[in-house]
Amino acid sequence: MAGSTEPTPAQAPVTTDRPGLIKAVPVRHPGRWVGIAVVVVLAAMFIHLLVTNKAFEWHFVFEAMNQKPVINGFLKGTLLVTALAMIVGVSGGVLFAVMRLSPNPVLSGVAWLFTWFFRSVPRLVLLTTMGALGILFQKGLSFGVPFDWKIMDWLGLSGDLRFATVNANTVFSGLVGGVIGLGLSEAAYMAEIARAGILSVDPGQTEAAQALGMSRGKVMRRVVLPQAMRVIVPPTGNETIAMLKDTSLLIGLPVITELFYQLQSIGSQYYKTFPIMVAATLYYLAATSVLMVGQYFLERRFGRGFGGGPRRAPKPAGVETI
Amino acid sequence: MSDPLVRAVNVTKSFHHQEVLKGIDLEVDTGQVVCLLGPSGSGKTTFLRCVNQLEGIDGGRIWVDGDLIGYAERNGKLYRLKDKEIAAQRREIGMVFQRFNLFPHMTALDNIAEAPVQVKGESRAAARQRAHELLDRVGLGDRGAAYPAQLSGGQQQRVAIARALAMQPKLMLFDEPTSALDPELVGEVLAVIKELAGEGMTMIVVTHEMAFAREVADTVVFMDGGVVVEAGPPSQVIGDPQHQRTKTFLTRLRSEQHNT
Repeated sequence: MAGSTEPTPAQAPVTTDRPGLIKAVPVRHPGRWVGIAVVVVLAAMFIHLLVTNKAFEWHFVFEAMNQKPVINGFLKGTLLVTALAMIVGVSGGVLFAVMRLSPNPVLSGVAWLFTWFFRSVPRLVLLTTMGALGILFQKGLSFGVPFDWKIMDWLGLSGDLRFATVNANTVFSGLVGGVIGLGLSEAAYMAEIARAGILSVDPGQTEAAQALGMSRGKVMRRVVLPQAMRVIVPPTGNETIAMLKDTSLLIGLPVITELFYQLQSIGSQYYKTFPIMVAATLYYLAATSVLMVGQYFLERRFGRGFGGGPRRAPKPAGVETI
Repeated sequence: MSDPLVRAVNVTKSFHHQEVLKGIDLEVDTGQVVCLLGPSGSGKTTFLRCVNQLEGIDGGRIWVDGDLIGYAERNGKLYRLKDKEIAAQRREIGMVFQRFNLFPHMTALDNIAEAPVQVKGESRAAARQRAHELLDRVGLGDRGAAYPAQLSGGQQQRVAIARALAMQPKLMLFDEPTSALDPELVGEVLAVIKELAGEGMTMIVVTHEMAFAREVADTVVFMDGGVVVEAGPPSQVIGDPQHQRTKTFLTRLRSEQHNT
């Protein structure tokens, strides 16, 4: 009633005096305008720097980005290794997470040991070590019966029980070695992310699935993991972006079919370090932007049944709606 | 038909050295509805969960349709069943949870069709066809495409009942099926359960709904402190309780239900 021009009693059935649509003066945000001004000035300064500073040498930047070995290194060493290492990492990580949560102490112990080792070793150290691993297997890597020479000895026979032998260097070095090294390292991190995702699923889901007679594997595959994905996908996007950048460590193996190494070698050839770094930054910015779009769609896919949005919908208090 | 469908003898169960079931004996004949009543912490939900092995029991035996639950007995020795065999036993027993536990990433229809496809190996088309019929039966024929989050609590619970029925169980277990529901949604769920009872489904229902127990139950079992205090037809246990503990509980429950 306060503020009305006529003194009307509360709940008065006078229709003309009932408040209608609200037309209010919005709250002013002068701070925002100040912020916009600051940002505009800073942006102008930055663009001015980009355009006028001779050190950028833009023509050299784009020329370097267009070189065949650079593009090749980007496609193979950066994009392909990222994709394959993440496939190894995600599938390995989910597997190790499931093992870690298994009631079987052997499985969970092995998973713990794997995670401990590969999380402990820095990727550059890991890749460099892998490049040197060939020295352990100078006769090549063989697949066959373990301790076969001993067994043959006991049996009084000669020869071996090996079915296939590969050159250790083809496994541990080159792009294959890069995928294995980065993939295993990633699997250790993904194992922890996947474990968090699996643990985030309401135990009632497992009980409901078990009560329907589903086996442990089916419960995991059909009920728990699809829901865990909702929690697993966002940090996995993060990991993919980190992996994209960590492919620049492939030089440790060494692998030279890789973006950063190729750009750097051009840079040192022409004594132009700075433009080369700009070229590398532009490549990584572009690739990361594409990955972020992909992540958005993945989150939407796995957010089904959770209020539509990719983010966790707030749960109403009290009765659970899931 | 002389053997009961469910026979529990001297069932005991402890959590962290605290005995929550202290020798439960219970028999349920085929087609019978048994309601378990009792204050919270009396062990009724735990007992229900023991019947389909969501909890293991420490002592006693439970048989469902002549099969010893969780163990095989050979030459006087008990052998723990493998996961696969436990899953096979659970297939015969439907369970409905207090919090529905529908799979949130599947539509109502797929929630129901999932187990017949994955567990029984039915074709998806056939399972969906039956899922449709079951949804019709619980009055939700038009909501098959909805995700659980788009359904009210009462609708979710009815889907959960349809999901359990899709496995064509011999026995249905209801664990406080209406306790998580708003009062105005309780009726629709109880109506579905009543209908099932009318069709001759054997059921064990943990509930606080006195009127429902009175109307539907063949036997009411009152539990307190991990033991069965008294059991009998509802007219006797609810209408004319013999034990002080039963009387106290019923009086308190009635006053609470009047207040809400």
